Amino acid sequence: MSERKIRVLVAKPGLDGHDRGAKVIARALRDAGMEVIYTGLRQTPEMIAAAALQEDVDAVGVSILSGAHNTLCPRIVELLRERGLNDCLVLVGGIVPKEDVPRLKEQGIAEVFLPGTSTEDIVRFLRANVHPRT
Amino acid sequence: MPETKELTTPEQASVERWEQETLAPALKQRPERKQKFETVSLAPVNRLYTPADTADVDYERDTSFPGEFPYTRGIHPTGYRGKLWTMRQFAGFSTPEETNARFKYLLEHGQTGLSVAYDLPTLMGYDADSPLSEGEVGKCGVAVSSLADMEVLFDGIPLEQVTVSQTINAPASVLLAMYLVVAEKQGADFRKISGTLQNDILKEYIAQKEWIYPIRPAMKLVVDTFEFCTRHVPKYNPISVSGYHIREAGATALQELAFTLRDGIEYVQWGVAAGLDVDEFVPRISFFFNAHNDFFEEIAKYRAARRIWARAMRERFDARNARTLQLRFHTQTAGVSLTVQQPLNNIVRVAIQALAGVLGGTQSLHTDAYDEALALPTDQAALIALRTQQIIAEETGVVNAVDPLGGSYFVESLTKQMEDGALDYFAKIDSLGGMVAAVEQGFPQREIQESAYQYQKAVERGEQTIVGVNKYAMEDEPVKVDVLIIDEAVRDHQVERLQRTKAQRDNGAVANALEKLKRAARDNENTMPATIEAVRAYATLGEVCDALRDVYGLYEEPAF
Repeated sequence: MSERKIRVLVAKPGLDGHDRGAKVIARALRDAGMEVIYTGLRQTPEMIAAAALQEDVDAVGVSILSGAHNTLCPRIVELLRERGLNDCLVLVGGIVPKEDVPRLKEQGIAEVFLPGTSTEDIVRFLRANVHPRT
Repeated sequence: MPETKELTTPEQASVERWEQETLAPALKQRPERKQKFETVSLAPVNRLYTPADTADVDYERDTSFPGEFPYTRGIHPTGYRGKLWTMRQFAGFSTPEETNARFKYLLEHGQTGLSVAYDLPTLMGYDADSPLSEGEVGKCGVAVSSLADMEVLFDGIPLEQVTVSQTINAPASVLLAMYLVVAEKQGADFRKISGTLQNDILKEYIAQKEWIYPIRPAMKLVVDTFEFCTRHVPKYNPISVSGYHIREAGATALQELAFTLRDGIEYVQWGVAAGLDVDEFVPRISFFFNAHNDFFEEIAKYRAARRIWARAMRERFDARNARTLQLRFHTQTAGVSLTVQQPLNNIVRVAIQALAGVLGGTQSLHTDAYDEALALPTDQAALIALRTQQIIAEETGVVNAVDPLGGSYFVESLTKQMEDGALDYFAKIDSLGGMVAAVEQGFPQREIQESAYQYQKAVERGEQTIVGVNKYAMEDEPVKVDVLIIDEAVRDHQVERLQRTKAQRDNGAVANALEKLKRAARDNENTMPATIEAVRAYATLGEVCDALRDVYGLYEEPAF
């Protein structure tokens, strides 16, 4: 069984253009041997879900710094599940108040990475939590 | 090595003597803590700076006196002894009513100028009721969709007296038009209005990425505001060429300096090409820099900025007016350096960064609030940020002598390194065909991405320390801070006013004005008069931008 590389969609929903984090993460995941697709800026949840389906990814990493996470992130999870992507992990990174984390997790977000997270922690999380596929 | 011996200057010889007689035994006894010492930009720092390091810096030619070319030591002969910097805290959140109240609060507590932060829909040229605005209205700034919002925002604030800085870029000409119409309704004289429009579209493509139109028409809109302001609002700064966001996106201090000043040169070139006189419009171009953690590197950056600009204006444009040669700048402390962890530590970071801005001779300053890594600042956090500036200005004594670090071997040497490095970047960008062409080719974007990645790696290896994050972290943090929460109801409030405005206005006048604007855009005429007419008739921000989107199209970022 040849191991399939972990495939990750790095997504920037909402209007905010701060893509430093998204690009650093994309590169760190690539350096860790994963296949990374970056959506580019200002994607709607619909566009993100469609890209996840088309690219057949194991995880979607959502980068958001504008404060719109409570509106946009659960919507992304919902659309992924509607499209049958039941195992696809949704990770969120960015400026998210700690208090919002439990609610996001209840709504199906696998993990929220707050500022100061090491890229290695994210790599480790993905390796531990992506279901192996052949 | 006898050959090199011959080239050794007396200054170098004395350094060598010190190294052999004093340093070497000391190192043997106690080695240094690290193999390499670097700035936060990962630039190497030597152990010691001596006259040998500043041998190629000539006082009269390169450093000179404050108020004299090339202005390394400042543009005012008296530094801050004559006038302190303007304490200008950036503020804006929620509804125009709420922000208006915050403005009045800041003015009551001794702030000397205003600075407006707009929300993302406004920055992108969408109205509050656009589907794209969902979840974003009033979150990162104040929501303004039409003149009706602007009237509330500046209610009771006399625009002829208070200088206002507006952080708005892609739709800057529209917000400027709204601002001028509000001033006009207050009975203000355009010739007396001063203030600043950020209006720096190049750094949007480079770093902040809040663009609307393709680069070249967007540059044309910027030039329209130069032309209009030079003629009608002569004391207004129609642009603030910004390194701030370039730095926040991950650039080094040198990249921030080089890309910002090269952007400035590009705007001057476009203005000149449109027939403007360098010595008439360039004096109203201002700059905006970041103040990051590495104290001396930052100070050197500001000093080098003035020197490079003065020389570039003289050499490239044959500028004669002293005001054209004098680089004036605003500084903001580095939002990117603030940590969510142990947030009160941010007060200390901000104080030190602000001090660097002051020692670098800034004309105005925003100090970040300690809670800004979490959300927009609360009243209390905003007040401490302002008090930080007041303490620097009135307690520390750093304002008493002009350019107090001038002559420091270290600072002068760093200043020279900054200048040389920036000129290397200029040569590269010139060879790519100028800054617009370089941005189209993704050059500055790639440079910044690379620096951001290298910095992240250095942090993860522990080579760069972030106190409270990768060192001295705490499991249970002792302090909980209150966070400003923006209610989703803000959108309803804004949409309601938008609907009321649309119901009350003369829709025929709006349609005519928008048609006139499209014609001006298509015929390559100045778009400002038609923009003013449209906003005066209460055309919304989204409608005005849509008219221009129809003519110019949208920018799509290529993959770099």
